[in-house]
Parts: sequence; C-alpha cells; structure tokens
Amino acid sequence: MGFLELIGVQKQFPGGVLAVQDFNLDAAPGEFVSFLGPSGCGKTTTLRMIAGFELPTAGAIRIAGQDVTYRPPNRRNVGMVFQAYALFPNMTVADNIGFGLKIRKRPRAEIKSRVGELLDLIALPGRGDRYPWQLSGGQQQRVALARALAIEPQVLLLDEPLSALDAKIRVALRQQIRAIQRQLGITTVYVTHDQEEALSLSDRVVVMSDGRIEQIGTPAEIYNFPATPFVASFVGTLNLLPAQVLDAGTGRLSLYGQEIRSAQPLTGGRTNGAVSIALRPESMELGEAGGANRLRGPLEDVSFLGSIVRMRVGLGDGASFSLDTFNDPNLTLPAVGEVVTVSFPREATLVLEGTAIAPPADEMAV
Amino acid sequence: MTTDVVGVRRTEATIGLATARRRRGPRLGLLVWWAIFLVGILYFFVPLYATLAFSLRAQPMFGAYANVADDSRFIGSLIYSAGIGIVTIVVSTLIIVPTAYWVRVRLPHLRPVIEFLTLMPFVIPPVILVFGLLRSYSGEPFGLTNSSFGSDLLLVAAYVVLSFPYMYRAVDSGLRAIDVRTLTEAAQSMGAGWVRILWQVIFPNLRVSLLSGAFLTLAIVIGEFTIATFLARPAFGPYLSVLGQDRAYEPAAVSLISFGLTWIAMGIIALLGRGSRQRVQVGGAR
Repeated sequence: MGFLELIGVQKQFPGGVLAVQDFNLDAAPGEFVSFLGPSGCGKTTTLRMIAGFELPTAGAIRIAGQDVTYRPPNRRNVGMVFQAYALFPNMTVADNIGFGLKIRKRPRAEIKSRVGELLDLIALPGRGDRYPWQLSGGQQQRVALARALAIEPQVLLLDEPLSALDAKIRVALRQQIRAIQRQLGITTVYVTHDQEEALSLSDRVVVMSDGRIEQIGTPAEIYNFPATPFVASFVGTLNLLPAQVLDAGTGRLSLYGQEIRSAQPLTGGRTNGAVSIALRPESMELGEAGGANRLRGPLEDVSFLGSIVRMRVGLGDGASFSLDTFNDPNLTLPAVGEVVTVSFPREATLVLEGTAIAPPADEMAV
Repeated sequence: MTTDVVGVRRTEATIGLATARRRRGPRLGLLVWWAIFLVGILYFFVPLYATLAFSLRAQPMFGAYANVADDSRFIGSLIYSAGIGIVTIVVSTLIIVPTAYWVRVRLPHLRPVIEFLTLMPFVIPPVILVFGLLRSYSGEPFGLTNSSFGSDLLLVAAYVVLSFPYMYRAVDSGLRAIDVRTLTEAAQSMGAGWVRILWQVIFPNLRVSLLSGAFLTLAIVIGEFTIATFLARPAFGPYLSVLGQDRAYEPAAVSLISFGLTWIAMGIIALLGRGSRQRVQVGGAR
C-alpha cells in the first residue's frame, strides 16, 4: 500500500469532457513522482483532485491510508506550489511563509523560528521583511515553496512551478527543489510538460495522454523502454518506423526490406504482422561497430546541434531515420548523398503497438 | 564618380530635409497638444471661475462663504450625508465584495447576470426607486417611515442600490487585477477557510479598488437630492436645493465648497493608493 494512493480516479467536467479516466497510482513515502504530458492531457486536473480543488467523479484518493476524496482542500494538509507563485501581495515574505502556521495557531516564537529555518533552506536568509514584488521570479517561487513546506504537509504538489522562469534559473531551481525534497523526505507530485524536468527530477514518471496513463516507470524505463508509441514519441527524440515481423519467435523484423533483430522474442506479435519500431538516434552509430543490426542508405542531411551532430539516412519510399554522434573537432563525416552503413545493438530495437518487449532487469535500474 | 557625388549630395539633402521636418514636426505637435490642453483647462475652469466670481459678488466679498459657515444646517446636513454615506459604503462593501468574489471564483457563468443587475440603478430613476421603497416599507408591517431611524434605513438601502454599479465595477476590476482563484487556492492549501481568505487575502488586496468605489459612492450620496427629499431626510442635497431657492450667492459658495471636498477626497485616494500598485501583482518575473 502506497502513501499517496489514487484508485480508479476519473474526472468528467459538466458538458461531458472526460479529463481523467481510470487513473491508478501508488506513491511511496518520500517518493518524487512527476506527471508528464502535453497540454490538456489531464495532469493538472489530477493534481488538483489530490489537492481537493476538483472532486473526482469516480474513484478514491487516499493519503497515509485515509480517504481524502471528498475532504475540503483546507483540511487535507497538502502543500501546493503554483505556476504563478500565488504569493499574497499584501504580505511580506515572512508573513507569506508563516500564513499556514498562524492558521494552525502556533506560538509566535515558533512561527518566527520556523520562518527563519525555511528562509535559510531556500537560501533567502534575511529577506523576510521584503514584499513579493521586491523579489525576482525565481526568488518568489522559492518563497512559495517555503510557504508550502512550512505547514509540514503530508504531500507536496507542484504545478508546473518553473514554467514562468527563464532557462538558467529553471535548471538551478529544479536542482534546489529536488535537494530540499530529498532532505525533507516529503512525498511529492510534480506536474510538467517538460520531459527533461520530469526525467531529471523524478523517482517515477507518469506519462499521460488524453486523460489516461500511458506509462508509469522510472525515468530510465520511460526513456529506454517506452510502452506505447505516444510515450516513445513524446519522451526524447525517436525514430518511429513501420516494420514487418518475419519471425516472432526469434525477433526477426524487416525494415524497408532490410533485416534487423530485436533482443527478445515478440510475445504479442504475429509473423508477417505489422509493428512499429522505435530507435533512439543516440543508440545508433555510423559504421559497423555499433552492434549486430545494420541498416544501409544514403546520407540525406547533416545538422550541427552544438554538442551533437544529427544525421538523417534514407531508407527508401521517402522514409528516413536520424542518428546522433558527439560533436568532435576531429570528426570526419561522409558527404551528403553517400551511401552509409549504420549499426545498433539488438537491445536498441524497441517494438511497439501491443508487442512491447519487457526490458531486461539489469537495464531497468535508474 | 559624379553619380556618387550627386548621390552623396542627394543623401545629404534628404537628411537635411528630414532633420528640418523632425525639428518642425515636434514643435507643431507640441503646439497642437498645448492648444488641446488649454481648451480643456478653459472647459473645466471657466465655469468654476464664473461660480467663484459670482459667489464673491456678495457684500462683503466673502459674505456668502461666511453665511454658509454660520448656517448650522450646512454643517448638520453635510455631517448627516457623510454619515449616511459611510454606512452606505460599509453595507455595499459587505454585500458587493463577497458577491463579486464568489461570482469570480465559483460562479463565473453568472457574471453577466450580476453585471446586468448592478446596472439597474442606471435604468430605474431614483424617483421610481423611492416610490417603490415608500410603497413597500412605509406601511404595515414595516412602518419604516414612522421613525427617523426607519427612514434612515430606507435611505441607506436606496443608496446601497444606487452605489451598486460603481462599487461592483471597482471591486470587479480590482479582483481582475489579482489572480483571485490562485490566491484563494493557495490560501486554502495552507488551511484557510472562506472568512479568513476574504478578510486576510482578498480585502487587503482590494484596498485601492474599494477606496475608488467608496469615494464614488460618497460623492453620489452627498449630492443626492431626489430620494433624500421624498424621505424627508436632512441631507446635503435637499439643503443645497432649498438654499438655491432662498439665496443668490450662497449656493455658488456651497457648490465650490463641495467641489473642494470632492478634490480632497480624490487626493486621499491617490495618497492611500500610492505604492500599492506593485503589491497587487501576482506572479511574473521581475
């Protein structure tokens, strides 16, 4: 049994829009779980149901074994950090952080000491007398985090907290959030549409699409072994190609007339059936040293993307795939139009559409 | 080469022309703006000057002002109207703020209906309103006009209705300036209930809006004539009217005094609202 449990949660808005359906999640104490998905996939609605701002139309939500499904938000002991910071503009930083403690009627000395501790924790010591408008966006969001933590919530919810910040601050602040979360050991749910954020922060990632869970897994599982074409295409850059199953038992596949193999037998795939192949650009190599699988085709394009160089290789019938290599000053690349050989290991061949292969146990570790 | 020279000369000529135009342009623009400003000043201040000049014709020169100051009914009616105005502001604030807040947070689909209702005082003339109030509440079982207190209650009720459009719009625009829903949710997640949210989060952030609505309401109440007359209350509007029937210069003096009081009220709004603009900002990186 998890610490935060969502059991068959569903949310249907008036008008019939099914925002969330059959959502099941067990989060362990101290676990950092991210809800990842495009806009409108239901991730924020799910978070708001945990907070109590929306009521589920079906299912149950439990925190530490207690059913809180219909408990009002002010009686849940759940801390929330909003995208728009939502600091009270009429209150100082100290008053904002101490707001929840005042409601809980804690002694003034205790509030002062707790506020001081939290200001130190968010690296803003001595800024308690400032007003929110006197702080930068990143500082405001740190204050919002401190305010949410002040009440010692059972669960911390963060709704795209870094979206309004610029890239550099975003990276610094997300590391700070993770460090604080680890230090306090608080169960955390983080909503984001940024895959890098989700993968770098989380113990587990819940990928959502159209109100449904597509996959729950560790960042490594999600990235390396996507369970559905949606996860494969949404997380990271991916070559998604149609293939024909030649022999399901041995994992032999035909990709535009070229034979490749998957590492494991295709349990759900029928011989001669059509499947989708997912290949990560970084798992492929120019030449024959990259693995047992080989593909040949003309080099169509080369793009420099800073630290990596991305090449596009044709497969015929207008199809192509991309592969990445590190940008090395001594790198010599074939000319565009030249026929090249690309190799990759069998383990890098991910078969999707109902024939998803189980990841090998040793590769599932984070 | 020649072409180059000609080209260069042409360019210089063009630059010269443009500079001359630029010099002439702002001057002309500035003159037009000054002219508009002067017309505006004349439009607003000539009537005021005329009123002042007329009020000073009384003998001795400030006699009209002295007479007004000596008249106990002037101070009495002004204090009465100000008192009724303050009660009206308190009552309409207590009605409007929770209503506008609830509509914005929980019942946004009802906003057009509420807006329409708050516009009713513009549609229904005060004379209709006061007759309606008299017909409904002067007789049994209420009998409110049988006592001064009852009549004052009716007067406040009528003024609360009259102030609806101003108060609602002021409060609504104040609520629009802050992210009410998110602030409410943030407070709720901290454990706050509705009363605390309204009192500690919403009201303080509506200070400037409430002040604007309050002073508009005060200005309406102090100048209101019809309802106060029909309810036979010793208010400032009826006093001004009676004064106009009996005296020549004193009404002009009283008008200028009330104009001055209005400006003082506006000054107080500006003073109290200063420095709080940034505080209503929610989110957004600096």
